[in-house]
Amino acid sequence: MSILVYIEHSEGKVKKTSLEAVAFAKALTSQTGEGDVVAVALGSISDDELAAVGGAGAAKVLHAADSRLDAGVIQAHASAVAQAFQKEGSKTLVLAKSSLGDAVAARLAIKLEAGLVSNVVELPKTDGDYMVKRSIYTGKAFAETKVTTENKILAVKKNAIDLKLTDAKAQVESLEVSLADSDFASKITSTERATGEVLLPEADIVVSGGRGLKGPENWGMLEEMAKTLGAATGCSKPVSDIGWRPHHEHVGQTGVKVAPSLYIAVGISGAIQHLAGVNSSKCIVVINKDPEAPFFKAADYGIVGDAFDIIPKLTKALKAEL
Amino acid sequence: MKILVCITHVPDTTSKIQFTADNTKFDTTGVQFIIGPYDDYALARAVELRDQTGGKLTVINVGEAETEPTLRKALAIGADEAIRVNSNPKDSFFVAKQIAHYAKEGNYDLILMGRESIDFNGGMVHGMVGELLNMPSFSPVMKLEIEGNVVKMAREIEGGKELVEASLPLIAGCQEPIAEWKIPNMRGIMSARTKPLTVVEVVADETQAAVTGYQLPPAKGSVKLIDKDNVEELVKLLKNEAKVL
Repeated sequence: MSILVYIEHSEGKVKKTSLEAVAFAKALTSQTGEGDVVAVALGSISDDELAAVGGAGAAKVLHAADSRLDAGVIQAHASAVAQAFQKEGSKTLVLAKSSLGDAVAARLAIKLEAGLVSNVVELPKTDGDYMVKRSIYTGKAFAETKVTTENKILAVKKNAIDLKLTDAKAQVESLEVSLADSDFASKITSTERATGEVLLPEADIVVSGGRGLKGPENWGMLEEMAKTLGAATGCSKPVSDIGWRPHHEHVGQTGVKVAPSLYIAVGISGAIQHLAGVNSSKCIVVINKDPEAPFFKAADYGIVGDAFDIIPKLTKALKAEL
Repeated sequence: MKILVCITHVPDTTSKIQFTADNTKFDTTGVQFIIGPYDDYALARAVELRDQTGGKLTVINVGEAETEPTLRKALAIGADEAIRVNSNPKDSFFVAKQIAHYAKEGNYDLILMGRESIDFNGGMVHGMVGELLNMPSFSPVMKLEIEGNVVKMAREIEGGKELVEASLPLIAGCQEPIAEWKIPNMRGIMSARTKPLTVVEVVADETQAAVTGYQLPPAKGSVKLIDKDNVEELVKLLKNEAKVL
């Protein structure tokens, strides 16, 4: 028996959130006695990169290298993961919440007759009823969820567990999956993705700007600070609505929900809809010239002042320290 | 074309979230309920598609009688008829089973809903309905155009988007900027009163992962303010106190 983990990769690298899911599953096996953690990876990726998933706690990685799986075709991925689950005789599937992961998990819940819990924030309680804590109301509350099915799927939120990687290597085995043409009925015709940058939903540090920055031409100083910190850049809804920044950078209730270690908000007043997207951050810094900005109430640290004065100075101080 | 849009009845995004009955019930005191913001995008796009191609637009909600004003609002925005499955929505699986049943009965070409409800944020119902009906499902979809039988969509992925093509029938979980939210006009509000709203019964009373209790996050301590002329202090605090650098 084993816990199966569906891992995603991008540009030849296993995603960090997927490694967190492996570490989460590893901690869960030591609690439930479900044996080893087995990861399943789909599409083209090197054996070396997959073996390194052992560092997060996987004993084995099943690799279905079929290049048709390089694209995230939802039905095909769901079908392949279901086959791996059945082959392993697993009862529990763990995965990281993501655009593709969520879509695949929902279909798997039906295929595997598995109770599915999303936005899982900590290890389930498994002595007695199977109780899973998840984030709800866009981070404003938590729900205890009782899973009553034999098979279970847990879609884990970022930072649900501390990831500590070792040098351990997983055994990589090839996985044969049988996929029908109907699994590929939809076609991904092109992909536009910011490359070489830190992706916002997965970033450990996020630097966001609001209307207080006065115009898109002023994003350079934020980007420089983000680069210094190895951070992703985000923005408030008004900023993406007026087109200063692309939609995929909009952080908030109806945009990207982030859960970084550090969130720095510059010139954002802190409307409740924006706070909903950032309230899972470990530490929040707010820089705003209005001392009455509601964001200060949700912040750990704050500076009242002009962003155009503070940001260059802060970037300089960060460069000196890092 | 027959379009089905699934509507959630959720607290307004500015609501203060509180619980009662020993943290087992959501406290509705002073809370205004709205159409889920993502569902509102799905509905807006569905109205546009119905107006372009003709056909019928049905909205469905799984909820008790208190959700009817929300369904009436969807009718005022432009839906032709509404279905309410008469039950508290117990979990994603339960809701998906109801929707799959009535969707199959209605033989819809296109099923739209929000990418997730803003109360439980599961984002699972579209995929579950897709699997139950053996239809492709896509989410989060930020653009959807229909050319003949081909549906061209943009699906948001981390840091960008992918363009996807599929054929009808299909299911999509929607988000901005798929369409602009529509505000009901007076004519819409008047006509909504007489459009059909059918109440139907639960078809499969099964749950897999129901909520048993709630918790609020621990209260945030007060903000530590740093002088604007001493940004080095902030860097030190982030490094040594918060330990996030």
